[in-house]
Amino acid sequence: MGIEVIFKGKNLVRLLAGLGAAMKISLISVAISIVLGIALGMLMTLKKPVINVITRIYLEIVRIMPQMVLLFIVFFGFTKLTGLNLSAEVSAVIVFSFWGTAEMADLVRGCMISIPAIQYESSAALGLGRLQTFIYVIVPQIVRRLLPLSINLITRMIKTTSLVMMIGIVEVLKVGQQIIEANRKTAPNAAFGVFAAVFLLYFAVCWPIGRLSKYLEKKWEN
Amino acid sequence: MDIEVIKRYLPLFSKAFLLTVKIGWLGIALAFVLGILCAFTLYYKLPVLSTIVRFYVELFRNTPLLVQLFFIYYGLPSIGIRISAQLCGTLGLGLLGGSYMAESIRSGLEAVPAIQSESAKSLGMTKWQAFRYIIAPQAFNISVPGLMANVIFLLKETSVFSAISLMDLMFTAKDLIGLHYNTTESLFLLVLFYVLMLLPVSFAGSLIEKKVRFGMYGD
Repeated sequence: MGIEVIFKGKNLVRLLAGLGAAMKISLISVAISIVLGIALGMLMTLKKPVINVITRIYLEIVRIMPQMVLLFIVFFGFTKLTGLNLSAEVSAVIVFSFWGTAEMADLVRGCMISIPAIQYESSAALGLGRLQTFIYVIVPQIVRRLLPLSINLITRMIKTTSLVMMIGIVEVLKVGQQIIEANRKTAPNAAFGVFAAVFLLYFAVCWPIGRLSKYLEKKWEN
Repeated sequence: MDIEVIKRYLPLFSKAFLLTVKIGWLGIALAFVLGILCAFTLYYKLPVLSTIVRFYVELFRNTPLLVQLFFIYYGLPSIGIRISAQLCGTLGLGLLGGSYMAESIRSGLEAVPAIQSESAKSLGMTKWQAFRYIIAPQAFNISVPGLMANVIFLLKETSVFSAISLMDLMFTAKDLIGLHYNTTESLFLLVLFYVLMLLPVSFAGSLIEKKVRFGMYGD
């Protein structure tokens, strides 16, 4: 069924390197998204009308535009508009950070407004200052709600990174295609084995992270 | 931006739009059917079946649609299973969506406290009555935000269909950019049609969520 092709020569190493290329893009985007997302999420809770309108539009754009379309706009459109040549990798990081920041900001905002007013009032009654309230009372609660959700976002970003193949980045699917092409004569039905392997590779990466998120969520319930 | 070019491209994009919408909603319908079946299998802990369902849900929730489509469309033919691109798109979206829907519906069902079905039982309701009048309405309200998010997510996922040579919106845009270099016009139409496809659903989603929230909390 073409599974033996994967273990021939350096094929498995090449597949893993392809996965690594995709992972690199997603991890850079995740890091950027988390930092910017937390900042934006906190801005959104300030209830300033101007900020609200702008962030609402931003979130709605991200909510309804497929990441693939955003990728096309940046990769093809930016070059056309400015004449500058953005590499596929940079375009991908820009798009995934743009998307991830919005998702992260929404999670942060959701967690912050889910803290009941009584927590602030009780802290004030106990004589805690605003900064003390924030650091000792609010942040620990937010972290417990936010962490499982943001870990979940990471798996979503890893899965979405598979799209970069469509703008020509050599990642695991592309490597898979190359392996199939190269072995066309000796293993005509390698496609099954190779794509099954890619399938399982993604599962092997995302499943444990998803489990961690579920575990933390259960552990910190209440 | 050239209006003439847009006029010329409009029919091509309309055709692609219809195809994308068709496969998208067929896939979503399939996802709902699969999701409901799987959710009940998990909720009632049917032996053997629930193990299979759990395996399926975990597998499809933790892999990208693009990889799933490649496996179905390019992988399966080499062991003799060949299906058309349209069927593959529908099936792929349905399988992916089914796993997400199953989780949303199951968590809704499980979020209804056990005391609800116990109380219904002590009031003399049959199992079916308890489900129909007590459990289902509450579970539905809890599931709605998740289900709406899934529908939007699945409609957005239709953008990867071009990878299996379906003549969808992405494919048309990429094709026209490659042929004529009318990048701006093609991208404009691409965005326009995706807005057309998703904005109404997004609005409807918020409306339904508001209604459901009112039903639950009264505010």
